[in-house]
Amino acid sequence: MSSMSAPKPAATEAPAADALDGSNGASHVGPASRVESLAVGPAVARHPGDTKAADVVKCLRDDSTLDPRTDPGLSSAEVIALYEAMLRTRVLDDRLVALQRQGRIGFHIGSLGEEASIIGSAFALRPQDWLFPCYREFGGALWRGMPLQRYVDNMFGNANDPAKGRQMPDHYCFRQAKVTSISSPIGTQITQAVGFAWAAKLKKDDLAAIVYFGEGATSSNEFHNGLNFAGVFKTPTIFFCRNNGWAISVPTERQTASRTFAEKAVAYGMPGVRVDGNDIFAVIKVTRDAVERAARGEGSTLIEAMTYRLSGHSTSDDPKAYRPDGTVDPWRAQDPMARLRRYLHKHHGWTDARDKELEASLDADLREAIKAAEATAGPSLESMFEDVFAEVPWHLAEQRDELVRGPRAKGHP
Amino acid sequence: MPQMNMVQAINDALRFEMRKDPRVVLMGEDVGKVGGVFRVTQGLFDEFGDDRVIDTPLSEGGIIGTAIGMALYGLVPVPEIQFGDFIFPAYDQIVSELAKYRYRSGGEFSAKLVIRTPVGGGIRGGHYHSQSPEAQFIHVAGLKVVCPATPADAKGLLLASIRDPDPVLFFEPKRVYRAAKGEVPEGDFVVPLGKANVVKQGGDVTLVAWGAMLYEALDAAQKAAEKGIDCEVVDLRTLWPLDIDTIVQSVKKTGRVVVVHEAPKSCGLGSEIVALINEKAFLHLEAPPKRVTGFDTPFPYTLENEYLPLSHRILPAVVETAQY
Repeated sequence: MSSMSAPKPAATEAPAADALDGSNGASHVGPASRVESLAVGPAVARHPGDTKAADVVKCLRDDSTLDPRTDPGLSSAEVIALYEAMLRTRVLDDRLVALQRQGRIGFHIGSLGEEASIIGSAFALRPQDWLFPCYREFGGALWRGMPLQRYVDNMFGNANDPAKGRQMPDHYCFRQAKVTSISSPIGTQITQAVGFAWAAKLKKDDLAAIVYFGEGATSSNEFHNGLNFAGVFKTPTIFFCRNNGWAISVPTERQTASRTFAEKAVAYGMPGVRVDGNDIFAVIKVTRDAVERAARGEGSTLIEAMTYRLSGHSTSDDPKAYRPDGTVDPWRAQDPMARLRRYLHKHHGWTDARDKELEASLDADLREAIKAAEATAGPSLESMFEDVFAEVPWHLAEQRDELVRGPRAKGHP
Repeated sequence: MPQMNMVQAINDALRFEMRKDPRVVLMGEDVGKVGGVFRVTQGLFDEFGDDRVIDTPLSEGGIIGTAIGMALYGLVPVPEIQFGDFIFPAYDQIVSELAKYRYRSGGEFSAKLVIRTPVGGGIRGGHYHSQSPEAQFIHVAGLKVVCPATPADAKGLLLASIRDPDPVLFFEPKRVYRAAKGEVPEGDFVVPLGKANVVKQGGDVTLVAWGAMLYEALDAAQKAAEKGIDCEVVDLRTLWPLDIDTIVQSVKKTGRVVVVHEAPKSCGLGSEIVALINEKAFLHLEAPPKRVTGFDTPFPYTLENEYLPLSHRILPAVVETAQY
């Protein structure tokens, strides 16, 4: 971290008690305890790796020991399962980018470097909780039980794709795992998650909704709307902001003049907490705290997971155009996979051989899924006109029949 | 049958459905204690309480975004946007989310809600309390758009809209909120979506109108009759998907058609209706179809009665079409 060139963050001035009083996490970082940190000062160019600041919740230390004050107390099997889920995400990212470069799929938007934030927060949910993804959270959806084949079918837009080939890759959904549908506009899912959790509260059902978005989305209308409604109606919503440093090419300091993203919560009357997003134990701790707050009827929490987008925005982006590759190195040193792997080596007898074995097995599963997806035909012409309305109205029936009767496009599957 | 104005009829429909279906919730700016700025929801807060008649923060995007979330959970929200002119902060949610939710999830999810909003001019509301934005929603795949003209239709169409599986924009012509009076059936009463109403039979010219302009079309038809022109007047009721069969049947009979709407002329719903008539009844036409509409300007304050397609502008179009 010392090699970071970013200015010293003002966050280090935050009272250390925030992180060290033993009840670390969202539950106590309420408006009252944060007023001091809202002192007006110059806008500080922040860096998401400023995780050493006192108010940032962390657990996994550099020496691969866990801070007992924030240790979520996972079993060995749980930690290994989490690592496996993270590795699967990484294997997917690697192979899907390759598929896109080969022209076999059109697009991929990955989660390289953000695996701990995504898998850790999904792990911390209860079975009844719902997940409103942004689009990088396929690892979380898979963790919740979305079949790999379903995801890969979505990448190919074939007839088995849950979106029936109507959306770009990485716009999946899976009701059974309580994962809602993804759209590309920024922030729109935030108010929806609030309304969903609000409805559950009105019906007195015990569940929470977690909604994911990047730090860029904190500039959107719906971030403000969502947190405002959630604050007023005390909805059981967990706002999970993946502060990965970049909104395509625009860095964090162009999204806000606030000192942190978490402190925006104060204005909406809810707690905000910063967490080392590359520390899966800390992510689990703060997300669990937020779920528990929601379950107690205390309302919403804003979590700022400080992580880093190691890849480009998507396969359509070349980050070298705005981010010299060398500046990424300090973040590579904080790779959440490497940190967890070191921990596994030290405490759970993990070996390089097991690592290779696991990767080979994940890779084999994926190859099989890709093979099946590629062998599946595209959606039918008729399906283009279904699901617009519950029943196909006359004008769509006319247009469908015209298309079916007419000539086929070049390269029609 | 009780006599009601449109405000009372909509209130009656909401009350009926809320008693019957606990999933129905109302939300919006001022819809609670005060009963809405037009008093459409008056008394519902007292009967159903704060959990089902919800005064929200002042943000249309927030209202519709959270309503979509509620719908995903299984409630049937009926949010009110105080004026149709203020719906645009929610346009992203309506266009990108509400309209596409079933389609983009391959039918796995759907977001069912009815957005009620007063539309149209005639209350001296200037740019921002007068517009008729139906075309901006009809052009979006996945939305149904409804606009009643009579109290009975307001009740019957609203109950049909709430029970319909698709998202509905329910446009209420505020100019006739209290001016339109009529008998409204008590209890359960549904007017099916997608069915126009031939309000007046006639053989010479078809007049297609909806909302507050239905009354202007009827007035023009009466004055045309004095000149010996027998108009058939079609109240569209559901603007999209529209009842093309009723329109085409009428035009095949008369061979002449005038479409009336308050919204600007270019790319208005009238343009689509005329195009459809050309496609489906071209050889029956005896005269070019005509549109009498608002102008392609912002809605004016002082000159609003010049802007609106009132009967004094409809009548010459009818005469010209009849004599072509």
